[in-house]
Amino acid sequence: MREELHRFFRAARGAGVRVSPAESIDAMKAVADVGFSDRNILRDTLLLTLAKSQEEKQALGECFDLFFSHPEVKEETAPEDAHEGTGAESAASESQPGGPGAPAPQMGELAQMLMSRDRNAIAAAMANAASAASLSDIRYFTQRGIFSTRILDNLGIERLRDDLDALTATNPAAAERLAAALQALRENVRDAVSQALLLYGREESENLRNEILRNAPLARLERRQVEQMKALIRAIARRLRERYSKPRKRQRRGHLDTRRTLRRNAAWGGVPFLTSWKRRHRDRPKIVAICDVSGSVAQVSDFFLLLIHSLHEVVDDVRSFAFSGHLIEVSDILDTKSPEAAMSEIMSKVGFGSSDYGGSLVDFEKGWIRTVTPKTTVVVLGDARTNNLDPRADILRTISERSKRLVWLNPEGRMAWGWGDSEMPRYAAFCSVVRQCATARQLERAVSDIAATYR
Amino acid sequence: MERKTVTNNNLPADSIEAVTRGLASAGYIASRQIATAIYLAERIEKPILVEGPAGVGKTELAKALAAWRGLKMIRMQCYEGLDEAKALYEWKYAKQLLYTQILKDKLGEVLGGADTLAAALDKLHDFGDVFFSKEFVEPRPLLQALEQPKGCVLLVDEIDKSDAEFESLLLEILSDYQVSIPELGTVVAVVKPTVILTSNGERDLSDALKRRCLHLHIGFPEQKLEERIVESRVPGISQTLRTQIVGFINQVRTLDLKKLPSVSETIDWARVLVLLQSTELDHETVKETLNVLLKYEADIETTMPQVTTFVARAGRQGVFG
Repeated sequence: MREELHRFFRAARGAGVRVSPAESIDAMKAVADVGFSDRNILRDTLLLTLAKSQEEKQALGECFDLFFSHPEVKEETAPEDAHEGTGAESAASESQPGGPGAPAPQMGELAQMLMSRDRNAIAAAMANAASAASLSDIRYFTQRGIFSTRILDNLGIERLRDDLDALTATNPAAAERLAAALQALRENVRDAVSQALLLYGREESENLRNEILRNAPLARLERRQVEQMKALIRAIARRLRERYSKPRKRQRRGHLDTRRTLRRNAAWGGVPFLTSWKRRHRDRPKIVAICDVSGSVAQVSDFFLLLIHSLHEVVDDVRSFAFSGHLIEVSDILDTKSPEAAMSEIMSKVGFGSSDYGGSLVDFEKGWIRTVTPKTTVVVLGDARTNNLDPRADILRTISERSKRLVWLNPEGRMAWGWGDSEMPRYAAFCSVVRQCATARQLERAVSDIAATYR
Repeated sequence: MERKTVTNNNLPADSIEAVTRGLASAGYIASRQIATAIYLAERIEKPILVEGPAGVGKTELAKALAAWRGLKMIRMQCYEGLDEAKALYEWKYAKQLLYTQILKDKLGEVLGGADTLAAALDKLHDFGDVFFSKEFVEPRPLLQALEQPKGCVLLVDEIDKSDAEFESLLLEILSDYQVSIPELGTVVAVVKPTVILTSNGERDLSDALKRRCLHLHIGFPEQKLEERIVESRVPGISQTLRTQIVGFINQVRTLDLKKLPSVSETIDWARVLVLLQSTELDHETVKETLNVLLKYEADIETTMPQVTTFVARAGRQGVFG
């Protein structure tokens, strides 16, 4: 059972629950105490000792249910049932000791097991073969074939094939039955391997997938990937939150904290041997995000807004604006609605027009230029394709002068800047930083840098 | 009777059912998860980190545990800016100062026999150790908890409100039940206290802290369990009213509210209704007393139009059980 627990810990890691050695020791101790008899209590116990947040509890709960539901050893399937009559017949003939088809002595172990339909024996043999093939090392779905083969080899399929050949010659009916049993066995092995992959391989497959996803251009995602990307963005947001939400304190030498100093030195009659200095909390970023939501940039803006609005703990204040033909404020929509609903509302209000950077900048200057203060970081996300309209770079200059920093994120590659109707070079003159921002990785870097300037 | 002896010896409970019964005797109706957590915490001597929405009985759990065990409960309320001096120990500066004065007067006497400077210093050395001794330590909650001769229940309340630095301070206590005071050495717990930490999830706690604890999440209880909680907490409430109240509140919890009513609100509301001598829910009373249940004007506005439907539905539940 100890083995079983160790395998469960590995499965738990596969499910994304970080199980440290210390925690596994705790779990072992706890399980030793409560015992295995009550499955519900066992589940509670493992959830208490291993999972450290609600998400982890849920993941681990699912993992537990999967882990302790061993695939049933299947009955031989359809073809056998169709030949019910012959099956019974041959079984009857087999039971006669002197019958013509009493091949038992010459047959291999596996064949005997299958012929005798000893389900428990088969299940045990499969479990042994699986551990001999170190099935719990399975990581990628591409390994399914090799593990199935290994398990079947360990079960002794070579011998079984020989037996089958021999049997076909001597007793065709029994051979047919054995072939059906073999088919069922193969299915069982395949199920076992699939389940193992689900248990142990999840983490690796997910890492691999995320790695690919992080470097995929956001603007050209398939529908299926959008959901996964949202999950990835949430993970990025969590990482950024953890990194930057620590209280920001900085020693400010030169200002003595008189009260604390006196108190610290009371033991020496107030003679200040140890000095205390005033600390100052650092400002948290105030962000004004201006996002182009037209055409190809929309998807990137979507993810950017999703990310920036999930950083409540890191940033002090976010005001978001979306534009294509004209500009509106979208902060409230994003704060009150679910991400999907918010994006579709924004899109219905301003999305999918042809972008007018000049007009939108005029809108911003008229309505919200006061939100930009020397503490604000302004982030503009767009491809700077103005459709040959007046770019109004002078307004961007005003914004740049009023703000702490002006960051421009452009989903297009550097090569494309300045070609066609792209006004990027003209705008770039007033930006503190211009970055390419087409993939999740670049998005993370960009947002991380914005938060980091305040450290 | 048997449990009584267990309590006196402070041995861990021998089964999960015993924990459930014990907590119930202290007026706390625990779900299976909660009882398992308490049972394991005592068995493998680990602190419990309790998370969950406000008012589901996280603090109450510690109180009930202390009451059942007949132990002292030491509560430490966390807040921003809480530090070592307020949580662990502090030197009694005034007393130390006084001591220096006395020492100054007596210095002549003490050093009387010494002829050389070296001899005088030698004599003085014996006094230096007295200066930073146990005499001058003012124990704060954490140190107090370690010094209890019979053990205690230490409740570190709302740990998420404190700074991240404070968490690190707790680690030594949580894993080894000891505190290191540089001048004195290490203070080890006389009897290991049962530690319960609570958090409302206002910020993510560090992995180091979580790793040292059992993690228990208390959510809103199931309808049956909540009825039993109300029954034990509000004596004299009729069966129908109880079922209706819990049914009503469970429906309110499905709404999109700023602050969902939790168990403490259920109990308060039940008490109010008992005081008003209602025997059944009717929408007039509900509308008048909704402010006991909901703490935001906006939430009350959201719920108000639904009251009649909810009351009707809760009433039906009362009839059919």
